[in-house]
Amino acid sequence: MDILFEILIYGSIHSISLALIALGFALVYGTSRVPNFAHGALYIINGFIVWSFLRVWGLNYFLSVVFAIIVTGLIGALIYQFFLIRVRGMAISEIIASYAIGLAILEGFRWGGFKGMTYTLPTFIQGTIFVAGVPVDLHRIIVLVSGLALVGFLWLFTHYTRIGLALRGMAQDERAALMLGIDSDRMAVVAMVFGAMLAGLASVLLLPLGNIVVETGYNVLILAIAVCIVGGLGSWVGAVLAAFIIGFAQIFTEVFLGTHFKVVVALLAIIITLILRPSGLFGQQKELEERV
Amino acid sequence: MNATHAQRRRERLDRGLKVRSEGIYALMSWRELVYLTLPRLILIAGLLILPFLMPTAYWQRVISIVCIYALLALSFDFLAHFVGLVSLGGAFFIGTGGYLTAILNTSFGLPPLLTIPIATVFGAVICTLLLLPCLPLRGVYFAIVTLMYPLLLMRVIEALDILGGTDGIVGIDSFANRWIEQYFIICMVLLFLFGMRRVVNQDLGLVLRAVKDNDQAVRASGISITYYKTIAVFISSAMGCLAGAYLVHLYMWAGLSTFALDFSILPIAATVIGGAGTLVGPVLGAFILVPISELLREFGTLRIVFYAIILLAFIVFRSEGIMVYGQRKYHQFEKWTKV
Repeated sequence: MDILFEILIYGSIHSISLALIALGFALVYGTSRVPNFAHGALYIINGFIVWSFLRVWGLNYFLSVVFAIIVTGLIGALIYQFFLIRVRGMAISEIIASYAIGLAILEGFRWGGFKGMTYTLPTFIQGTIFVAGVPVDLHRIIVLVSGLALVGFLWLFTHYTRIGLALRGMAQDERAALMLGIDSDRMAVVAMVFGAMLAGLASVLLLPLGNIVVETGYNVLILAIAVCIVGGLGSWVGAVLAAFIIGFAQIFTEVFLGTHFKVVVALLAIIITLILRPSGLFGQQKELEERV
Repeated sequence: MNATHAQRRRERLDRGLKVRSEGIYALMSWRELVYLTLPRLILIAGLLILPFLMPTAYWQRVISIVCIYALLALSFDFLAHFVGLVSLGGAFFIGTGGYLTAILNTSFGLPPLLTIPIATVFGAVICTLLLLPCLPLRGVYFAIVTLMYPLLLMRVIEALDILGGTDGIVGIDSFANRWIEQYFIICMVLLFLFGMRRVVNQDLGLVLRAVKDNDQAVRASGISITYYKTIAVFISSAMGCLAGAYLVHLYMWAGLSTFALDFSILPIAATVIGGAGTLVGPVLGAFILVPISELLREFGTLRIVFYAIILLAFIVFRSEGIMVYGQRKYHQFEKWTKV
């Protein structure tokens, strides 16, 4: 009975973490059709900025988190405005360009000696509580709550604010949105800023549970892609649902097969989904656009 | 704008020499003959004498590695710009060819003379079979699937601890001597380069390019696109597996690093820099990029940053590449004309 509760609790926490990681990627792809392969790099950059505000400049934790997320958003805007906007619409160039940016950032950090156990962020609240007899530390509870809150907030944001509605309009039909006076280039920048900030938020919530290492950046990218592909590229509901599917599948394999297979599950999910149903569970693309 | 200030624009015209040498009359004059053959001769002769110009054995080794990347870049360019399948999985081909060679050599005791051709053909068959379900995918989707394959194989080998696990397979034979080692791969690059240039101008190449431009039209003509895509993937993965098989004999070791991202990214960078869709360009790009990255080896991972930035700059600001630019200058001249 205990193991069941453990799987249930840690599975939901892990799923929410995956959703947090993937939402930024899904937002950018859904709005501007740019697969942002620099997502993992933005995640790590944000962690590094929080760390340097906190440890080097000695700011208080809350302020450094807020500043870091703003700076990450700006970095996202710069990346989009200077590089990605020029290759927009050319799917392959978008992938290669954004991947090159991510690679440059991550390997740059690695070169700067950014590895090992030295770079950690403190948890928000110390302590452990018992949920149905399973010990869970408070930080993970915060991740769970804020993840759920964020999903709710995003839903409200995209349904009831002007910018949110414009983003959704662009995601549904860019030409129609243009005719209704939505500046698609500006909205794409806005989407990228939000995407980068979501990556930042995810890193702030999740990085205290481990060390800030470069490999995390690559893993985050793989997980984000896995969730978005299984859920259907561009579908936010699909992304949340897929996060739960992959999250529980990963926890199951971790418990019954071993930690090594965790990433294998994500990779297999990507490949199987793409082969069987490239538009994913909730993709809105026409079948012909993605396969012959 | 007043009338006295004439507006001008640049006009680009083919050189007379080029037009003349296109016909059979090229055979009648030395100038036209030289115009046609000189670039090819420079390339062939340059590649063949390159090993003699290298100061140390280390740099000769670098030439071999350059050739491996050149083969990969060639396979990427062929698949991406003549078939329209963008494969980000160069490492997948290298890894399959490499591990197959390693098994053939260590478990069955076959010499390099046999392992390399067998690994090339059977590795290509394996890669093609694994990629077969993904062939109907387009654009981004195919790219993502091929990017994931090497990562998956790497994790599976790591997790199941098969094929030597994280240690890899050691004790693989090397080549008889370093001149065979060197010239084998150089000849292969030349062979595949000129072979592929032939292939893309045959009927096969024509159909493949049609698949790239409008697959529905090809389908409507009663041609099976899956069949042609399979052939293209087989050719392309054969090049990758050959490079992998050679690499394993060169290092006398096959390990997880044959699935490393380097083999997927560097060929793409070489293609973008050299000129996409020219087939010569990617080879040229590899000869520029790999030595630079080798010079930067002491800076560690900074070299990856470096070539990521070059790749970014070229793809965003100068996406035509060196070779397309060079061909334009060679075949055409520009002049200002009044509008």
